[in-house]
Amino acid sequence: MRRRFGMWTLVISAAVALAIPMPSWAQQTIYDLNARLGIEAHIGKITGHAKDAKGDYRRYCVVCHGELGDGNGESFPWVDPKPRDFQLGVFKCRSTPTGTLPTDQDLFDTIARGLDRSNMPQWSTFTKQERVDLVAWVKHFSPRWTNEKPGTPIVIPPEPEVTAERIKAGRDVFARVQCWKCHGVMGQANGPSAATLTDDLGRPIAAFNFTEGARPKCGDTDRDIYRIFMTGLDGTPMPSFADNIKPDEAWDLVFYLRTLMKQPSKAKEMAKKLDLKPVDPNAPAGQQ
Amino acid sequence: MTMRNKFTAVLSAVILVSCGALFLGQRVSAAGEGKITGTVKLDGAAPHMKGIDMSKDPYCVKANSGSPAHLQIYEVGANGGLQNAVLYISEGWTGSAAASTEVPVFDQKNCMYTPHVLALDAGQTFKVTTSDQTTHNIHPLPNPMTGNIPWNQSQPPGATPIEKSWKNTEVIPVQCNIHPWMHGWHVVVKGPYATTDANGAYTINNVPPGNYTVTAWHEPDQTQTQKVTVAAGKPGTADFTFKPK
Repeated sequence: MRRRFGMWTLVISAAVALAIPMPSWAQQTIYDLNARLGIEAHIGKITGHAKDAKGDYRRYCVVCHGELGDGNGESFPWVDPKPRDFQLGVFKCRSTPTGTLPTDQDLFDTIARGLDRSNMPQWSTFTKQERVDLVAWVKHFSPRWTNEKPGTPIVIPPEPEVTAERIKAGRDVFARVQCWKCHGVMGQANGPSAATLTDDLGRPIAAFNFTEGARPKCGDTDRDIYRIFMTGLDGTPMPSFADNIKPDEAWDLVFYLRTLMKQPSKAKEMAKKLDLKPVDPNAPAGQQ
Repeated sequence: MTMRNKFTAVLSAVILVSCGALFLGQRVSAAGEGKITGTVKLDGAAPHMKGIDMSKDPYCVKANSGSPAHLQIYEVGANGGLQNAVLYISEGWTGSAAASTEVPVFDQKNCMYTPHVLALDAGQTFKVTTSDQTTHNIHPLPNPMTGNIPWNQSQPPGATPIEKSWKNTEVIPVQCNIHPWMHGWHVVVKGPYATTDANGAYTINNVPPGNYTVTAWHEPDQTQTQKVTVAAGKPGTADFTFKPK
């Protein structure tokens, strides 16, 4: 009996592998996924259970993210950016270093926040318990959650007071690490490398345009912006700068980025008086 | 000769021979070891390698003004020798994964990867450095389902080296998103390996005597295998010929 089940698994997986061209590398079968249904998620005192989220997922999420969580749902051809492939376990919005799994809190925040300029809405209609259950459900799609622990969240020092000096120092960081290569000297997403950017699956992807008033994908607080360039957005061309920007400089850069953004901010007000010019891409290193 | 003398003679002979064998045996295992050598060639004329337009980044143009950069898929040397092929033992290796303690360097130089192909042992530490005065992002793209996890780190001018390793065997493309022509490979294997030099020659060192299958890999996904026997003091040989793809 046991033997027959094994053979059927093999036959079915072979049929699935041969018949359906997958849009990605992932090849988890429903049997692999079912074996991980016991996975949990923890947010504060709430424990989420993957199996409890099955109903919500099938009703609200499956149309994009697909039965197997591989992002190959019915709507796959029509949405852009493409739905996340949960089987790969690679996520943009993390508090953890590049190349590590996000925390439960990171996934919970993404579900609650939604992803601006994509088809992923804010799921604030779910109760907190339902969202934590969904976090566990998202985790059961990838074997990475069985084999690895989430990364250790990066330490963000308390936000200092914004000053003219800090804004100018942030401009120097922007020039030194060459954010403008993709984002452009004015943050208009028109840097020399912007046009050829692709994501990890080779699909074209745009750099973030700071000047249009769009919300950054992983949250729009100062801490969220800090986190983006210090962890990188995995699966995209946005790298982590953690090795090359010191925590204090990172706050300077956040303030400078605020001056490029359309949204009103204290930094933007102060910058008006400073009459800051865009960085000069041709200036020698250290002479902005 | 008395019985007693005969016995002594035999005994000394036995002792002498065993000592010799022991000594010889030690020599064999200390010298280690054999090796596998050979050449990898490209059959026919080398395909034309297109030049690379680096006008996106004036620094890169200037860095290559002496000899304009071109694609590095087929680097063919004397007598059709093919550079950047990776040779490794695909069957018969029983040693541990970490056969080498050396830390190879993958450098970003003149907006190209040096070397273009970096062979590695699973678990072996390697270093990513930059010699350039322009920002790169180093972005390897393994398949996360293999257990090798993709990461993406920026290296502005003067950046400190990054030290990493890969858990499992896999051929991993490496790219820079800022300079889309920058494309290299990390070929992660298990056990000893070698990469062909400018003339297509290679030597896999530290191979104990035995029967093996050697695989030759060349980008993007061409492989060939051969059976090789390594004996004490007699290296195994395997020559390969690839056709341009």
